[in-house]
Amino acid sequence: MAAVDVSAAGPGHARSSRGASARLTVAQAAARGPARLDAVEVSAWFGDTQVLDDVSLSMAPAEVTALIGPSGCGKSTFLRILNRMHESVPGAQLAGEVRLDGDDIYASGHRLTDVRKHIGMVFQKPNPFPAMSIAENVTAGLALTNTKVSKSDKSDLVERCLVRAGLWNEVKDRLGRPGSALSGGQQQRLCIARALAVGPRVLLMDEPCSALDPTSTRRIEETIAELRADVTIVIVTHNMQQAARVSQQAAFFLAAQGSPGGIVESGSTADLFNHPSDPRTADYVHGRFG
Amino acid sequence: MTTTAAPVAAPKVPRTPRVIKPSLEGTDRLFHGTATSIGMFVLIMTGSIGIFLGYQAIPTLRHYGFSFFTQTQWQPELDKIGIAAVLVGTVEVALVAMVVAFPLALMMALFISDYAPVRIKSYLISAIDLMAAVPSIIYGLWGFFLLQPHAINLARWLSQYLGWIPIFHVDTDPNAAVWQQSRYTSSAFIAGLAVAMMAIPLACALMRAVFDQAPLGEREAAMALGGTRFGVARTVVFPFAKGGIIGGTMLALGRALGETAAVLIIISPAYIIKPRILEAGTQTTSALIAGNFGDATKSQLSALLAAGFVLFLITLVVNSLAAVVIRRSRSGATTEL
Repeated sequence: MAAVDVSAAGPGHARSSRGASARLTVAQAAARGPARLDAVEVSAWFGDTQVLDDVSLSMAPAEVTALIGPSGCGKSTFLRILNRMHESVPGAQLAGEVRLDGDDIYASGHRLTDVRKHIGMVFQKPNPFPAMSIAENVTAGLALTNTKVSKSDKSDLVERCLVRAGLWNEVKDRLGRPGSALSGGQQQRLCIARALAVGPRVLLMDEPCSALDPTSTRRIEETIAELRADVTIVIVTHNMQQAARVSQQAAFFLAAQGSPGGIVESGSTADLFNHPSDPRTADYVHGRFG
Repeated sequence: MTTTAAPVAAPKVPRTPRVIKPSLEGTDRLFHGTATSIGMFVLIMTGSIGIFLGYQAIPTLRHYGFSFFTQTQWQPELDKIGIAAVLVGTVEVALVAMVVAFPLALMMALFISDYAPVRIKSYLISAIDLMAAVPSIIYGLWGFFLLQPHAINLARWLSQYLGWIPIFHVDTDPNAAVWQQSRYTSSAFIAGLAVAMMAIPLACALMRAVFDQAPLGEREAAMALGGTRFGVARTVVFPFAKGGIIGGTMLALGRALGETAAVLIIISPAYIIKPRILEAGTQTTSALIAGNFGDATKSQLSALLAAGFVLFLITLVVNSLAAVVIRRSRSGATTEL
């Protein structure tokens, strides 16, 4: 396996060791803990339209970073750049670097699939695999990444991930039932459990609560607070109160009419909400527009 | 201030649903009537073909009885007529076609929906559609003049190494220095290859359409978990499209069962039940009809129509099953909340 990595790495031989480490067991991967994520001078385009311009942001390990801003300002695009989902859209391009613990994930030595394993994602709309049971949904990432796990380890992993996602007590008696039979909020927590099962060091969440009712939203927010110690979290949200509740760091994105989006201001959530340095941030967090 | 609803007196009569009339407008009613009558016309056409064939088959079935289904020979002059051999031949050609067409159609459909660059995707879709539009006689000529001289080498190779399996056996020495090429020509195998070319576009077009409908959210979920493209196909696309895959295959099978012109060109008629698909000589129901109806007497025509009736029923069953499976697949794809 290592030989394959070296050849794939080309000139960047140093990368191959990281490529090999991607095949560590799930437990080991989780044990490595949260990682630091740095976006450096990121710009993005869809076709000829530039949607992000020169965005730099550091996302500290074991903290929750909230990305806020009005619709169409490039928050989701920025989030999708962080785990290389951006490039799956035809015509999508980008410039700049995204560094996972100092290592550029877009460097040629990195496999796309390994990057996404390290940096998990939870989507706006809950998307469990409908043909799979609850337990199979949790372990789907293992099957997708060809990670072999013994049967007992697998059931341990299912329990551990469902507990971490705050769903275990509700589903422990029906792990064999289809995941699509759960309620929307439960489905979203199942998706969080599924993302955790591959042992990511960073978890990206794209408006994870926007399709959920207030009770489910509260459960997800509790889950986020509990997960923070083990995994760096970046969350896009339209909900100012949610950003204030769950995050320690925040970045305010804004796009002027007809021009690409960028970060107006970033820093600790408390500062951003209480003492914004830019008047546009103040207007937004106080609900005067957006 | 809130108002409380006054207690409602219990109704004296039991409540029944009221009748709601759709009260369509003139143009709507006209369209409704036209669509209904055209829809009925299709059903009437299909039904009357079946009734015609069934009615014409009666004298034959009465004359030969059950031996019509067990007799292999088709020798009207000796009063020996039966469809046992042609039915076996029909199924053999169709199965060879499906074994070849299924994996090719599936992979082509997956390539177009998941792998092909956006730029060439539409060209590939048109190419597949074009493949469906080529007349079957062309595939027959292609199979006979271009494919057969090469396919006999494959047939010989198969019989050399897999000849111990009855279906791949050929009644000649495959290892002879001067091997008998003519023993490998005009077989169910070669006819099946030509028919596969006609079955592929049908199966592929349906599979691709269903693959394209696989929900983007689930695809992205699989990608975000570190899945490869094939992992995404395995986890999301194939389970979603299961009904489409089965349905497309069965539609293609329906086509393969009825294929005439290409088969007629390639095979040499042989009226024996023969599991040896690589060996020269076989016969299919449609080729039997096409080859014999020209100089048939009235009673022979009835026999041919009886054979046609059986083929009609088989195809009807296969296509109906396909329709049921395709319809089921829609519900399988949704979430049940």
